[in-house]
Amino acid sequence: MDLLDKFDPIVELRSSLPFKKADPFKVVIDEVISETEAIIGGRHTILAGTNNYMGMTFDEGAIEAAKSALDNFGTGTTGSRVLNGTYGGHKALEATIADFYDMEHCMVFSTGYQANLGMISALGGKDDYVIIDADSHASIYDGCSMGNATIVRFKHNDPENLERRLRRLPEEAGKLLVVEGIYSMLGDAAPLKELLEVGKKYGCMTLVDEAHSMGFSGENGRGVAEELGVEHMVDFYVGTFSKSVGTVGGFAVSNHPKFDVLRFVSRPYIFTASLPPSVVASATKSIEAIKRSSNRRAHLWENARRLHTGLKNAGFEMCTPEAQSPIIAVHLADVMLGTRFWEQLLLEGVYANMAAPPATPAGMFLLRISVCAQHTPEQIDEIIARFKRTADAVGMDVK
Amino acid sequence: MQERTRNMATAETLETIYGLIAPINRKGVELKPASTFAVDLELDSLTVMDLVAEIEDEFDIVLPLNMLPDLETIEQVADAVEKIVSAG
Repeated sequence: MDLLDKFDPIVELRSSLPFKKADPFKVVIDEVISETEAIIGGRHTILAGTNNYMGMTFDEGAIEAAKSALDNFGTGTTGSRVLNGTYGGHKALEATIADFYDMEHCMVFSTGYQANLGMISALGGKDDYVIIDADSHASIYDGCSMGNATIVRFKHNDPENLERRLRRLPEEAGKLLVVEGIYSMLGDAAPLKELLEVGKKYGCMTLVDEAHSMGFSGENGRGVAEELGVEHMVDFYVGTFSKSVGTVGGFAVSNHPKFDVLRFVSRPYIFTASLPPSVVASATKSIEAIKRSSNRRAHLWENARRLHTGLKNAGFEMCTPEAQSPIIAVHLADVMLGTRFWEQLLLEGVYANMAAPPATPAGMFLLRISVCAQHTPEQIDEIIARFKRTADAVGMDVK
Repeated sequence: MQERTRNMATAETLETIYGLIAPINRKGVELKPASTFAVDLELDSLTVMDLVAEIEDEFDIVLPLNMLPDLETIEQVADAVEKIVSAG
């Protein structure tokens, strides 16, 4: 019995897609010219699908700090945070993030994915309930699978549907409500005020994942909860360094006085190597810079609105009525059109993400663009122009 | 003439669930207690999760996500629903 046979339908589906000159799952970036441009397949390409929202990947301070950390502390820690893997830099980074969120405690994980795994699996015990949005990121679902809690799912961004489910749960049971500030595929923002109010009414502790909203939402860039003035209802934030912060890693912050015990019970924190000193150093500098970057935030929002308006006026079917984040997603009718559109757009010199089920809700096919604060207005207009040319080339009906 | 000796889901529960499945039964497959969601009805896992939400609201219960891997047929879901309803 070949254990890989069960994946034959996936191989079949993939080989049925009509890619000729490029494959969205095999893109190789040969050369990075800047935060917004690269050479892909020999072509000069505008990057419009990178999650590099705040454009911090070439921040001078972050690069200098990383180089210095490499020279002084070497290429890696070769150990767990709870053994030999905690350096002064890790503690300084945790202090920087706690300060950024104006909270008492912070734990740094090796990826954002692991931060969700580690928090949800540790917080949700055998007799507890974890209540999640139906469109949650895979790391939230996987955190649920890893833990022993009973998992209850509510309709995406629907406070009334959440309340109906919370009403059915035992009053005295431990409950963790998990929501995201911005959902990564459609780029839609959550009605956090209503969701958290319902959660608190039924005695939930709350975890808000600001992975795709940190950096540009809220006055200090903490995310949607700051933007909406509902931070007092958040017990735990989870976030990542691999979007706005421009490197890799994850974190959780909280004011809970017992928070530090999670370092001893969260397996994804314990049983993996800690982040390399250079990554830690650049993340620290980047977060300090993000805090001061209100002009950059304003420019990012201008870019997002310019792109959304341009594509909407060109007749594309947008996934959100207005730009709710730097993620701008366009509906495509089916997988065949999605495939041809993505490929043609790349040949036109724009890299965006093709998003398909199960990563997308309700079987949708999307072209997902993520805007960077470093995109110039001219680049945004060029992206719009190339979208129009691509639609013509693939015979897509835009009104 | 169903040969069922235990976990007897009532006809009423089954009928209610058939009603909820009808709108997503695009191929018009005949619904029976032993019909499976994945193979007979060809529903993907996301559609099944949405169906579960409908069932939860219809019966005013919570069907935890953890239970789903064990619920392959309509009858298994009906039995689970009745068990949760009677546990109050």
